[in-house]
Amino acid sequence: MGERLFVIGNEAIGWGALNAGCDAYMGYPITPQNETTEWFAKEFPKRGKVFVQSQSEVGSINIVFGAASTGHRVMTSTSGPGWGLMQEGMSHLANGELPCVISLVQRGGPGAGTTRHGQMDYLSATRGGGQGGYKNIVLTPASVQETHDFVQLAFYLADKYLNPVIVMTDGLLGQMAEPLELRNLDFDPLPEKDWAVRGRENHPDGVRRVVTAMQGLMPTPPHPPYTGFLDLLKVLNEKYETMKESEVRYETYLIEDADLIIVAYGYTARVSKESIKTARKEGLKVGMIRLQAVWPFPYEIITEMASKGPRFLVVEDSLGQLIEDVRIGVQGKTDMHLLGALARHDPSDGGMILPDSVLNEIYRLMK
Amino acid sequence: MKKELVSGLPKLWAHHPAERLECPGCQYPVITRIVYDVIDELGVEGKTILINSSACGYGIVLTTSMDAMFPNHGQGIDVATGVKRLLPDCFIISFGGDGDVAAIGAGAFVNAGQRAEKYTLIMVNNGHFAMTGGQLAPTTLMGQVTTTSPEGRGPDMGYPARMPEMIATVQGVAYSARGAANTPANFLKTKKYVKKAFQKQIDNVGFSFVEFLSACPTGWHMTPQESIKWVEEKMIPALPLGEFKDVDTLD
Repeated sequence: MGERLFVIGNEAIGWGALNAGCDAYMGYPITPQNETTEWFAKEFPKRGKVFVQSQSEVGSINIVFGAASTGHRVMTSTSGPGWGLMQEGMSHLANGELPCVISLVQRGGPGAGTTRHGQMDYLSATRGGGQGGYKNIVLTPASVQETHDFVQLAFYLADKYLNPVIVMTDGLLGQMAEPLELRNLDFDPLPEKDWAVRGRENHPDGVRRVVTAMQGLMPTPPHPPYTGFLDLLKVLNEKYETMKESEVRYETYLIEDADLIIVAYGYTARVSKESIKTARKEGLKVGMIRLQAVWPFPYEIITEMASKGPRFLVVEDSLGQLIEDVRIGVQGKTDMHLLGALARHDPSDGGMILPDSVLNEIYRLMK
Repeated sequence: MKKELVSGLPKLWAHHPAERLECPGCQYPVITRIVYDVIDELGVEGKTILINSSACGYGIVLTTSMDAMFPNHGQGIDVATGVKRLLPDCFIISFGGDGDVAAIGAGAFVNAGQRAEKYTLIMVNNGHFAMTGGQLAPTTLMGQVTTTSPEGRGPDMGYPARMPEMIATVQGVAYSARGAANTPANFLKTKKYVKKAFQKQIDNVGFSFVEFLSACPTGWHMTPQESIKWVEEKMIPALPLGEFKDVDTLD
């Protein structure tokens, strides 16, 4: 068993990155994820690793572009407005097929919204929020341990697909302290990053490497091999289709006999589980599909369960974003309901969707 | 007697169709030649990574056999930071246009300087946005006609940005200069500036920066000869050539 710590989710991101062999972090302070930036500032330089406090999130994501081009494992983290600023750079990383990890600690919006928790970046994270329709895996942990583990997984997936991977939490998971076991997860071996720039004398074949955010726009022999735009689209499409087939991740909880299935991720999944336990004690057959990745989305299990008849309740701290994906999965086969941000318990930005609110919604739908 | 190349391609200039992409009279190839020659003289070719985010310059970096990168417009400064931080033993040159450095990348420019990033930035200034068809840039001269200053740049559009003078005030900067290639004398002087800037990087002193004034006959709607004359008569008086900072330590 690995060393055990008692840390908050934002620090678990750092420990996960360290255990993944991350070499560099670039970031710009923004609440509620500052503990991540501060963790890297404290822990990385003394280990000979790179920490850069950038001048903006535009800076962070472009410094990540440069760092990732060298074949090292690199990451950044952000929230809310900073997430918006990173979108163009995300698109270029996707075009350049550069692996990196971005941790997105969601807060409320739009605009500055709140500096505390929220789940309001679901659509921009899952739909390629920048220009040009790229796609990326979005992992959604629901505990401090899972945050640590998913950051490791994210680095592996980024290298496997040569694509950015997002680890999406929220202000509550980021600020919440829980026990964490430091452990190294096992993954399949990955190919050498033969494409990385290192200076020509450092390439065994003595041939230059070209890394570009202009793939498809300009032919760049000898690497990468794309000679035109359609070539690039074909390669990206194949990659995205493979991710859709191979990287669906979810956990089911008591759905076999359920009359009502909750769909949730992150903090609202934790909250919903509490409510389900109480409801079950009272004989109400409620279950949950907890999403561990929201892209690719597990449409199949949603469709399968919807066709068996139980109703669906989406619990998310937004005005309704995840529900759009659930609607696609349900295919009109059953009733769907949303318990969203308007069900927050308090009008201030400290308001959250509490187990009582979910339980009352369960009562309303089932009694 | 030491032989000097007076015509033909520099050694590092590999043949590639892209070298034909430049408009007739464009000075990008001249500037690139200076940079390639100095890389060759310093013997750092094998560890060099060229980064080019300036629109008109994209094709030209494809003419080399060295490692190269093409990030998005305006982002070559931050991208160079990422590369150099991970590969401190490599030799990093980032090319930008005047739009790249003085407009969209100005924040990155100032902050790369203040963080004393240890690489060299080259800004090629042709006084407007050439690739997109000739719009106003921060460096556009007073009275200069562009497609977005059709009556000429007036005071209501501000004044030409003087980037080497500006960055020279930043403590993290080791070297800052402005050169031109309009005459053989300026060509040679500018080559010395580039060599000094590169040496600052090799000596790990701090951020180094060289601006080139570059003729753009196509964008300026002139003949190549007229555009060289315009550099001499209009650009240099407004944007004086010379060194603005040259230090061996930042303290």
